[in-house]
Amino acid sequence: MTDKVMIHVERLTKVYGHGRPAVDAISFDVRAGEVLGFLGPNGAGKTTTMKILTSFLAPTAGRAQVAGHDVYDDSVEVRRRIGYLPEDTPLYKDMTVLEYLEFICDVRDVDKEHRRGRLRRVVEQCGIGDKLGKLIGELSKGFRQRVGLAQAIVHEPEVLILDEPTSGLDPNQIAEIREVIKAIGQEKTVIFSTHILGEVQATCSRVIIISDGKLVADGTPDDLARKSTGAASILVEIGGKRGNDTDPLGLLRQIDGIEEVKAINSTGWSLSDRPRAAQFRVVAKSGVDPRGDIARVIATANDMDLLQLTPEKASLEDVFRKLTTTQGA
Amino acid sequence: MAIAKREFKSYVNSPIPYILVTAYIATAGYMFFQQLFIVRQADMRHFFDNMPLLFCLIVPFVTMRLVAEERREGTLELLLTMPVTDWQLVFGKFLAALGLMSLLLVLTLAFPITVAALGPLDKGTTVAGYIGAILMSGAFVAIGIMASSFTRNQIVAALVAFFIGFGLFLIGALIGVLPPSLAPVASALSIGSHFQNISRGVIDSRDFLYYVSIIFVCLLVAQTTLDSRRWR
Repeated sequence: MTDKVMIHVERLTKVYGHGRPAVDAISFDVRAGEVLGFLGPNGAGKTTTMKILTSFLAPTAGRAQVAGHDVYDDSVEVRRRIGYLPEDTPLYKDMTVLEYLEFICDVRDVDKEHRRGRLRRVVEQCGIGDKLGKLIGELSKGFRQRVGLAQAIVHEPEVLILDEPTSGLDPNQIAEIREVIKAIGQEKTVIFSTHILGEVQATCSRVIIISDGKLVADGTPDDLARKSTGAASILVEIGGKRGNDTDPLGLLRQIDGIEEVKAINSTGWSLSDRPRAAQFRVVAKSGVDPRGDIARVIATANDMDLLQLTPEKASLEDVFRKLTTTQGA
Repeated sequence: MAIAKREFKSYVNSPIPYILVTAYIATAGYMFFQQLFIVRQADMRHFFDNMPLLFCLIVPFVTMRLVAEERREGTLELLLTMPVTDWQLVFGKFLAALGLMSLLLVLTLAFPITVAALGPLDKGTTVAGYIGAILMSGAFVAIGIMASSFTRNQIVAALVAFFIGFGLFLIGALIGVLPPSLAPVASALSIGSHFQNISRGVIDSRDFLYYVSIIFVCLLVAQTTLDSRRWR
């Protein structure tokens, strides 16, 4: 079950009118149980891709399958198996929450026996128990979002597609929605788009970055972070006493597992009256962790103290900016 | 069916149908009782004669929001990603609006009851008239839904529906002035003259077919408009 391909996208392309393609030959697969973060700057094609996956729009070229059904040729089957929350959470404002969820159950053919149980479950999961009798138009944005989410999961879909589910919410609400997504992601396949990077690190098992309609990265959040710097880098800070002229740069370069050392702070390691401290960025050879060696070398050296030894992980922000700006030009 | 149910409920919760029903009953009632008291004539003919023009004015307001509002609010997108076909969606909305019109017609039963109380009521033509009224409402509703599917603006939807409906009505009014060779064509196209045929008590398959085909064609156009987002 866990490695069943739930979403299969193959050279998917969408051109609106005669302009540039909004989505340009994107391919990826999503397996059951994955929570996929769909990242990209505004206008990159995230929403368009999702609209095609939900079979709201037809692809110009290429194809997409959800749970083995083609989104164009077999769209009702696809629609049966997905839950979808569009951007901006469109809901019927003149209905109460309960009326709305019952309408969704009607449209989605949730049979009468299971209906009460399912409704109770999503109401609890989304925390809307005390809002059931309220008109949707009177709810705050946060609660509307939860109703939107409840609507998307009430029929227990195999695939959940959420377009910017946390936009416009306050930090507490974001955290709660994320918890719900995570909980659902344990059993179902989830795709959600966002341009908040922290969200991806917090919730996703996999990330896809698209920019200008093209897929520019695909991997786990950690993978992508590593990719941006090439190899793991380590920040080393060394302190020394006055009158010591041993150059730590030289010392570090002698260590075996190290590929490259760069001094970072501009003051450098020069003779001066102040107590000295200098930072270096060390790039290790692949597969080697040189931290032990570094510590030993510095400790045994004359009059030098190791102040800091921190493995650096490039933040997803770095990756994102790097990938989406180089591609854009 | 779920869609028809929801739409109908949302009519109940919105002020528009109440205003329209009141306006219609008031206008038709005024005409009916004017006939009754001034001309001292109690029959249903007058009531049915005014019906095409009045429906042509009212129905666009009933149907204008059906698709246009969903398009504007974005709920259409959500609805179209649920396992309902475009046809079910369009037909559900058609049923809801037709349901509302039927309700309105039920309320007008007060008129034939008055007539029956005052003198002999021609039951045959009255029943035929009501059957015709339902068919004609269906045609206007279908025109309205088609117009509503073209735009996200309800006013535009209402106006387009009105002009199409009024055009079909006007053709009938022109019959007298047209050269004899064109008159049969005009009467075949007219939404009113088919109704007159039926309300005279003659339910001909041609009249029946006229309304059914208007309904079918308009709903088909509406469905095609919805589907056009997926053309490639």
